[in-house]
Amino acid sequence: MPSSPTGKIVMMQGNDACAEGAIWAGCRFFAGYPITPSSEIAEYLVRKLPRIGGKFIQMEDEIAAMGAVIGASLTGAKALTATSGPGFSLKQENLGHAVMAEVPCVVVDVQRGGPSTGTPTLPAQMDMQQARWGSHGDHGVIALTASSAQEMFEQTIQAFNFAETYMTPVILLFDEIVGHMTERMVLPERASVKIVNRKQPTVSPDEYLPYEKTKDDIPVLANFGTGYRYNVTGLCHDETGFPTNDAKKIETNILHLTEKIERHRREIMRWKTFGLDDAEVCIFAYGGVARSAKRAVKECREAGMKVGLFEPTTIWPFPSEEILDIAGRVKSFVCVEMNLGQMAREVELAAKCKAEIHRVNRVDGDPITPNQIIDKVKELV
Amino acid sequence: MFDYLEYIRERNFPHIWCSGCGDGIVLKSLIRSIKKLGIPKDEAVMVAGIGCSSRTPGYLDINTLHTTHGRAIAFATGVKLANPRLHVIVVTGDGDATAIGGNHYIHGARRNIDLTVLLYNNYIYGMTGGQVSPTTPRGKNASTAPFGNLEPSFNISGLAQAAGASFVALGDVYHVQQLDKLITAALSKKGFSVVEILSPCPTAYGRRNKLANPVDLMNWLKDNVVQKDKLDKMAEDEKVGKIASGILWDVEKPEFSAEYDKLIERLKAEKRSAE
Repeated sequence: MPSSPTGKIVMMQGNDACAEGAIWAGCRFFAGYPITPSSEIAEYLVRKLPRIGGKFIQMEDEIAAMGAVIGASLTGAKALTATSGPGFSLKQENLGHAVMAEVPCVVVDVQRGGPSTGTPTLPAQMDMQQARWGSHGDHGVIALTASSAQEMFEQTIQAFNFAETYMTPVILLFDEIVGHMTERMVLPERASVKIVNRKQPTVSPDEYLPYEKTKDDIPVLANFGTGYRYNVTGLCHDETGFPTNDAKKIETNILHLTEKIERHRREIMRWKTFGLDDAEVCIFAYGGVARSAKRAVKECREAGMKVGLFEPTTIWPFPSEEILDIAGRVKSFVCVEMNLGQMAREVELAAKCKAEIHRVNRVDGDPITPNQIIDKVKELV
Repeated sequence: MFDYLEYIRERNFPHIWCSGCGDGIVLKSLIRSIKKLGIPKDEAVMVAGIGCSSRTPGYLDINTLHTTHGRAIAFATGVKLANPRLHVIVVTGDGDATAIGGNHYIHGARRNIDLTVLLYNNYIYGMTGGQVSPTTPRGKNASTAPFGNLEPSFNISGLAQAAGASFVALGDVYHVQQLDKLITAALSKKGFSVVEILSPCPTAYGRRNKLANPVDLMNWLKDNVVQKDKLDKMAEDEKVGKIASGILWDVEKPEFSAEYDKLIERLKAEKRSAE
């Protein structure tokens, strides 16, 4: 999708842009539970969905919302839920079911501070590792970020496309800064937006195996009610979808859940750079923080400092090769995050000691300012 | 001779249930009810939680979804709302539906979404080896109640009725002809329907409570489960320890997925008249 699309100029809050993006992507089912700072997504969709034949339901809790999303998706509906840290914790159980059963769906986490109830109305980026490892057991994860209302719109469409392509839940790791920011954005021409719909079986029901090994390693799950009767389970299963205790089949099942994402990481990986070509210092930032980082880069450049920005818009899988490549060219990284270095740890691992890793962190609920970043850069240049 | 093979997944037999377990009796009763009503297999969905009864989906040749512990009703709500054309049957147990899944159970009932919930009550967590459940009677033994259960038990049919279900029935695996009628009635009902099915567990419950012999458990059901209208006519002292069976509650009220479809139609009509 072009970064500066042509189309209709609107003012939109990030959360509303996310909800509108979901509709554009073909989302026709939302189940959720009220939680700040994500509730606007539900409040937008409750009005829009029934007007286009879609369904909205406010469930009794976050766990139920995730369950309903999976159930709806198995009938063929593109399904969404939205939450924040405490709700994201509760969703992990059924998120794991979606991973294991390979059910496409999208989970939005508009991050606030934690642990526990933490800071409901203040921004943070403290769920970055929860998105990767929050649900038990080994598996691959796709998670995306956004630093503007425009990107919340675009990344939500991308999330549905990835979910439908790779038959997996996709997590949108937004934050309160962007979620609650109202700004100018462009609703593109419909025809310019690529929409992916999950495959359906081409064989007869007699020949159909839901979890059969395919060429691209992605299962073809028939929509319930279309004549392909099969079993879906959170238990380890074989190609038939029925549970198995066979060691070889268990291993095949578990390895597949990681490998199917890893195998496609080149297609999934997205990032943006700004002023990075000749940089000596690379600022690593994402989400709302990337806006401060971009401003910091501009000011540093004006002051003659060779500084650039690397902004991962796909955060999981992590862009390790790109970080290693940059590490060979820069003197140091400055990882700027509204947590205590959750992704800096990944940068450090990926950089393999080829560059210094420095951090700017803030966990008091106030946004990180450009000056905070510039002060750190000045220490290094 | 009734042809069960048409409805089962023969490849997954023999089943995992213990000798003397009633869960297979319920499976056959359900199959007869589905056949009787002529529900197409392609349009039937079974959603189950975790536990012995929740392994039923593996054996029934319809669309089947085995979910997480206690969450079957939540998943089923998504299936039904997204595609109201589908007949959605939830299979769950006493621990699954009324302990870890208690919230979904009461809210499914309150919402009155068209699900048929077969709630197998075996008074215990059977799959995990016989831990005390919300329906283990007070004083009875379990692996986590070795000195006798100190807690009162839930009236789980009453809970569904109080929470807003439109149909509540109680049956058991001894009175099978009655069970067929109850499951058929529940499947026919448009709304949240619960059939509590007493299916006591000889292995994990019976052995700890002097009822290890499945025949003794069957006799216990025979002697103590009494049709509600008969029970109502019994003297007070005869009623002690007896359990009322049959249709306990049956009312008409708006069904959620149908109400939602009406909303869609209303908004369409409003849009048309505005244009």
